[in-house]
Amino acid sequence: MDVTMTEVRAAIIAPGFVSRSRRRIFNSLGWASIAFAFVALSAAMLSILIMVFQRGAGALNFKIFTTTTAGMTGGLINAIVGTAVMSFGGILLAIPPGIAAGIYLSEFRRGYLAPTLRFMSDVLVGVPSIVVGYFCYVTMVVDLGWHFSAAAAAIALAIISLPYITRSTEVALRAVPNTLREAGLGLGANTGTVIMRICLPMALPSIMTGILLALSVSVGETAPLIYTAGWSDYLWSGHLTNEPVGYLTYVIWTAITEPFQGAHALAYAAAFLVTVFVLLISVAARVALSRRSGGSHRG
Amino acid sequence: MIFRRLIAPIASLVGITLIGIVVFLWNYAWPAMKLNGFHFLVDNNWNLGNLYGNPVVQNGQQIMPGAEYGILFLIAGTLASTALAVLIAVPFGVGSAMFLAEGVPPFLRQWVSFFVELLAAIPSVVFGLWGYVLVIPFLSNHLFPLMVKYLGFIPVFAGPSGSGYGLLTSGLVLSLMIVPLIAATVRDALVSRPIGQREAALALGATRFETLWSVELPGVRRVVIASTILATGRALGETMAVLMVSGNALNYLPTNIYSNISTMAAFIVSQLDGALTDPTGMAIRSLAEVALVLCLISIVVNGAARLLLYFSGSERLEATAWM
Repeated sequence: MDVTMTEVRAAIIAPGFVSRSRRRIFNSLGWASIAFAFVALSAAMLSILIMVFQRGAGALNFKIFTTTTAGMTGGLINAIVGTAVMSFGGILLAIPPGIAAGIYLSEFRRGYLAPTLRFMSDVLVGVPSIVVGYFCYVTMVVDLGWHFSAAAAAIALAIISLPYITRSTEVALRAVPNTLREAGLGLGANTGTVIMRICLPMALPSIMTGILLALSVSVGETAPLIYTAGWSDYLWSGHLTNEPVGYLTYVIWTAITEPFQGAHALAYAAAFLVTVFVLLISVAARVALSRRSGGSHRG
Repeated sequence: MIFRRLIAPIASLVGITLIGIVVFLWNYAWPAMKLNGFHFLVDNNWNLGNLYGNPVVQNGQQIMPGAEYGILFLIAGTLASTALAVLIAVPFGVGSAMFLAEGVPPFLRQWVSFFVELLAAIPSVVFGLWGYVLVIPFLSNHLFPLMVKYLGFIPVFAGPSGSGYGLLTSGLVLSLMIVPLIAATVRDALVSRPIGQREAALALGATRFETLWSVELPGVRRVVIASTILATGRALGETMAVLMVSGNALNYLPTNIYSNISTMAAFIVSQLDGALTDPTGMAIRSLAEVALVLCLISIVVNGAARLLLYFSGSERLEATAWM
């Protein structure tokens, strides 16, 4: 215990005599300031949401989904396709190593490898995405000669998603009761079968939640893509390398600084699409989580 | 055992990636490191040189005539904006965590908390858009002139109040981006505190706020420290939002809190096009050196936070803090 009863008493009864009015002032000031902190955060959140929904919804029209971008006007179909291809590609690439690492961290905890990998995975989450982008630029865009391409961008996004999938798989597998593993082993199954046929299916819904959250991070990324995907006004033609690809977040960043109204509308439309997608995933993940824990989730 | 051997190499990709990032960046930046030496970190002179001249050789490296690469202004901008962001985010994050844990009725708590913590899901570039469209006009037209008028007697708050782009704006937007991380982890820790001490304090006649302030909050001290370090790491590496609101200063140290700045992460993006025009490639290698410095700083900061968490044994935090 960090705090002993003596300390509690000392803190409350305080050295000497604390007048009732001083206590009252302390209490009301305290409540007022923490309420202010909360209200300020909520106000900022509301302000962002209102900006995105009001201006974004106004900028949406049918053309956005049917035509490609031409000099920061026109539609966004090239960017929508590009974002979808690169994000899903990145997630698909990250799933096998991510789940493998998650299994290793949860099921083979003894030895040096698991703690080391857990630590490295946690540090990798903190590596700025622009650094990951630069790494992919150096290795793939330059050294391998892929130039700006969907493949380089998907790998960058895979690296960014990897630790998210790893840790959510680990947490999900840890929640599987040990009695199930013992039952499986007791029936004569080997470790691999127990993990793949018993633990993994049970943990799958939570793992899916983690994958969805990683997907929402990927869709919102910008910085690494500037260094790996480049930008293109044209629809992705299916080449994995040597073809720059458009993506939604690039439009938000560049079109808003253009001096004309059409470009601004495009930026707001892109922001609307990205934000709505990301928020839908987050809400869905939270609803799924709270339903699974039977509403007893105290957080 | 077979399964374990089978899965270990695939699992190790997570670690290999991290090592690979450092090794390849180091390797690519090595010519720039030989050219720039220690001056890189202490000089204030990022200059691509005369791009139309003939390349000259300096320290064994081919560069354009007059090219120099010093990033002191980036280090200053990064540290100043991060410090400002953390300074703002910690009281707001801890305060709202306290309010969410204690001031919101339990049946509402989950959803109200979720609404605030949803801030963490908003992409960086949307924060940048918000800062660019709404925050900058508001600050430059209303708040900054007032601050110069009433706080101008404090040296760093004195004018000129600038265009709205700059250090304080970056700090504000950054703080909003890291505050949900602090708020979520601290609230989680507060809610999962043992109820006995709380009841004891209340039984001794403390009010709910006094209990919160003198019993609950000291109990989650370590969580506050660790989540602050994690948030610092995130603020150091934020790119797009800072890029859009910082003013992208070049070779220029901030003089007051309204000065234009640039950070390492934002600079890497804003200089890409310029650096690609350098035919010797030294500019792009120097940018790689910036990325390497940023990478090493973030590894140290995040590593420290994680070690603190592991050794303080807050398993619960460990499981959620990566989100």
